[in-house]
Amino acid sequence: MELSVLWFILLTVLFIGFFFLEGFDYGVGTLLPFLGKNDTERRILINTIGPVWDGNEVWMITAGGAMFAAFPHVYATLFSGFYLALFLMLVALIGRGVAFEFRSKDENPAWRNTWDWLIFFGSAVPALLWGVTVTNLIKGVPINAKMHYVGTFFDLLSPYTLVGGVAFLLVFIFHGAMYLTLKTEGDLVIRARSAAVKAGALAAVFCLALVGMTYTNTDLFASTGAGITLWGAVVMFVGAYGAVFVKRYGLGFILSSLTVALTTIAFFWGLFPRLMVSSLNPAWSLTITNSSSTPYTLKIMTVAALALVPVILLYQGWVYWTFRKRVTAKDLEY
Amino acid sequence: MEELILSRWQFGITSTYHFLFVPLTLGLSLIVAILETIYVRTGNEMYKRQTKFWGKLFLVNFSMGVVTGIIQEFHFGMNWSEYARFMGDIFGAPLALEALTAFFLESTFLGLWIFGWDRIPKALHAASIWIVALGSNLSALWILIANSFMQHPVGYAIQNGRAEMTDFVALITNPYVFYQFPHTVLSGVVTAGFFVLAISAYHLIRKTHVDFFRTSFKLGLIWAAAGLLLVMGSGHTQTQYITKVQPMKLAAAEALWETTGPAPFAVAAVIDEQNKTNTAEIKIPALLSLLAHDNPNTPVKGINELEKEYIAQYGPGNYIPAVTPLFWSFRMMVVSGSLMLLVVLVSAFLWWRGKLESNPLVLKAVLWSLPLPYLANSSGWFVAEAGRQPWIVFGLQKVEQAVSPNVGAGSIWLSLTGFTLVFALLAAAAVYLVQKFVRQGPVEPSVTPNKPAAKGAALWS
Ligand code: HDD
Ligand code: HEM
Ligand code: HEM
Repeated sequence: MELSVLWFILLTVLFIGFFFLEGFDYGVGTLLPFLGKNDTERRILINTIGPVWDGNEVWMITAGGAMFAAFPHVYATLFSGFYLALFLMLVALIGRGVAFEFRSKDENPAWRNTWDWLIFFGSAVPALLWGVTVTNLIKGVPINAKMHYVGTFFDLLSPYTLVGGVAFLLVFIFHGAMYLTLKTEGDLVIRARSAAVKAGALAAVFCLALVGMTYTNTDLFASTGAGITLWGAVVMFVGAYGAVFVKRYGLGFILSSLTVALTTIAFFWGLFPRLMVSSLNPAWSLTITNSSSTPYTLKIMTVAALALVPVILLYQGWVYWTFRKRVTAKDLEY
Repeated sequence: MEELILSRWQFGITSTYHFLFVPLTLGLSLIVAILETIYVRTGNEMYKRQTKFWGKLFLVNFSMGVVTGIIQEFHFGMNWSEYARFMGDIFGAPLALEALTAFFLESTFLGLWIFGWDRIPKALHAASIWIVALGSNLSALWILIANSFMQHPVGYAIQNGRAEMTDFVALITNPYVFYQFPHTVLSGVVTAGFFVLAISAYHLIRKTHVDFFRTSFKLGLIWAAAGLLLVMGSGHTQTQYITKVQPMKLAAAEALWETTGPAPFAVAAVIDEQNKTNTAEIKIPALLSLLAHDNPNTPVKGINELEKEYIAQYGPGNYIPAVTPLFWSFRMMVVSGSLMLLVVLVSAFLWWRGKLESNPLVLKAVLWSLPLPYLANSSGWFVAEAGRQPWIVFGLQKVEQAVSPNVGAGSIWLSLTGFTLVFALLAAAAVYLVQKFVRQGPVEPSVTPNKPAAKGAALWS
């Protein structure tokens, strides 16, 4: 296999890890002001992701770094092109990251409230913006012959990409609610379930809209494999939603995870071998051939990634195992 | 042009923010790890309280390091896209490796450490903070490998219109790293040492929690003294190395316009950049030659001669960095280091004579020395980065060629003010928490027994 193909796959894997793990973090963060009725409950919600959120966020950082190393032109075009969107996302993430650590270190209710809202925005805004970004990649954005993005911030916002953003956000909220059904006790489980029911219903609508609009706005379905995978994601979602009703939460979480994973795979598959589509001229799209690093660099990065990613999975998995218990008011650190 | 200036300001401001927190993480993670190891080995509860007290401050600082770092990761694509295209084949690799080898370790095991008290075996808990410390310092190594390439490119070839990696081993064994990495890590040790010293002094002045802070003062003193001697030593060898590979940086930092031998060391100077001369100087004869070449008679090359050489080599252009701020930044670093050394020596002496705690003046001096390591760190990076101008990658690409051509000044104004304000607010919150915890002091041993392990259903039931 060409190394640039392998790196396309590895990048997909990193994004799957990121959307799967940060997906439920974003969901929990977005639900925080609504599910937690009092301070203790809010703390419980935050503590369900307390030990792991930073490790989850590193999946995004790694995906960014891997993009830089393997496809520098994509890194350059995407982040300079989507400048203001990325700025918004970074500001949101900055507030959120500090909020987890700072929130419960002072008793003042106004202090805690402020951080709670920063967690809310810091979770919802990136979730939305990642949906907008992914749909833009495949729909195509104005990229010129020199690989420069020549549009504005508002060119990123179209009905299709906004539906994409909202669909991502809602699926993550659903995914987060499923996570909470497994990590909390008593009343909170019941409320997480009802959040899953509500967010899931909305998510269903938006996901169908997303699939339909993907059909009309992009060439994703030109690839049979990508099309089937996207429908597979829809099936998984229906299954997850059903599992909520019969209270099979473990199963529901597995299925919501598969929804996230298959959606990611479908979009990357639809993109392949492109990474960013140019709406001006198909020949100007960024592909694994015209935007990749040299075979030498890719070889070194391949050895490193194949050696390290399994180890990372092992120790992160082990930490999840260590904190597998449901979180109660007795084990609050944040 | 405006875009270029703004992008430079934004990069300078955000990385300086980042590096306000990074050094303390590098050094304090090690201190906390040592304290917890002592606790595990001796079972002495006081060391557990030490671990928790300094650990709490460490966490506040760490989270600021994380959020200021996230920006850095995307910054090269956002504002320096042509740099990313030209250098990505080489520069992306250490950045990706930093995430894979270091960030995952730090973040995962820090989570385990925060939430693992009473839940995992003591030795494992202590091991997890050691892993965090290791991860932090490893991340510094990778990012400095990246930075060293920008200062002194090795292991590459210019092909297909960009710099391509030809030798990974050369990249990671870049001699520049062997000077930059120790100096930076040691500056972290010094920063953490003074952080511990200053806070301990605060309580020793007030005579609160005296036993507790006597212990940490002693530890901080050893840590800071060792760090200072080593950082100054390494700074000296680094200067000699810079003289060889970036003579313009040295000449600018010394405001040495004409090649002179024996070259004097200017303690202070009134610099006239327009006319390329100093209108007034206080100097120590031959000292610069001695420092730079270990020989008082060897000439040191001046800015004007170097400029001619660079023009011959790289074509017409302006190769002189901002001399005045470089000159004073370099002195700020060295003077801060010297003042810290003085403070450490005096306190160590008084300690040895058993007179330290009865001398509030010296304790106050220790307390008020806290800004010094921060000044030294920031001015040190300023010397390293501004002294490299006009190059973004020395000899290969100029900063003006590196900036994103399609990001408008309006966007950068927005992000520049946005990041600066957000970080200022968050930094204020962090300072508020730190001073609050410092005033509170350590938590006294509690009578309530350790929390029982959490009961409840397992995840997959
Ligand atoms: C891996 C690369 C790298 C690393 C580790 C650092 N820098 Fe840097 N720095 C750059 C790469 C760079 C750069 C991209 O090359 C800049 C942007 C524009 C420029 O001239 O150089 C720069 C500029 C720059 C400037 C503005 C200088 C000027 O434009 O005159 C300052 C003050 C700093 N940096 C400070 C820092 C600090 C405090 C760092 C510690 C975290 C740091 N740099 C690490
Ligand atoms: C300019 C280039 C830099 C980039 C792109 C960068 C990137 C990052 C990122 C993304 C993080 C967050 C990791 C997390 O979520 O855990 C981080 C944290 C960190 N960085 Fe940087 N960084 C840069 C410069 C440096 C330098 C020069 C050093 C040290 C010498 C350094 C040391 C650290 C450390 C120790 C952390 C851990 C968090 C903390 O500081 O408290 N970084 N950096
Ligand atoms: C008298 C002693 C010192 C000398 C001679 C010295 C020398 C230097 C030199 C020449 C550089 C520029 C390196 C480059 O361009 O890459 C530098 C950078 C730096 N210095 Fe110092 N230094 C001294 C003391 C200190 C102290 C006390 C601290 C902090 C506690 C410090 C922190 C730094 C930092 C953070 C950098 C930037 C990183 C690097 O390039 O290594 N220095 N120092």
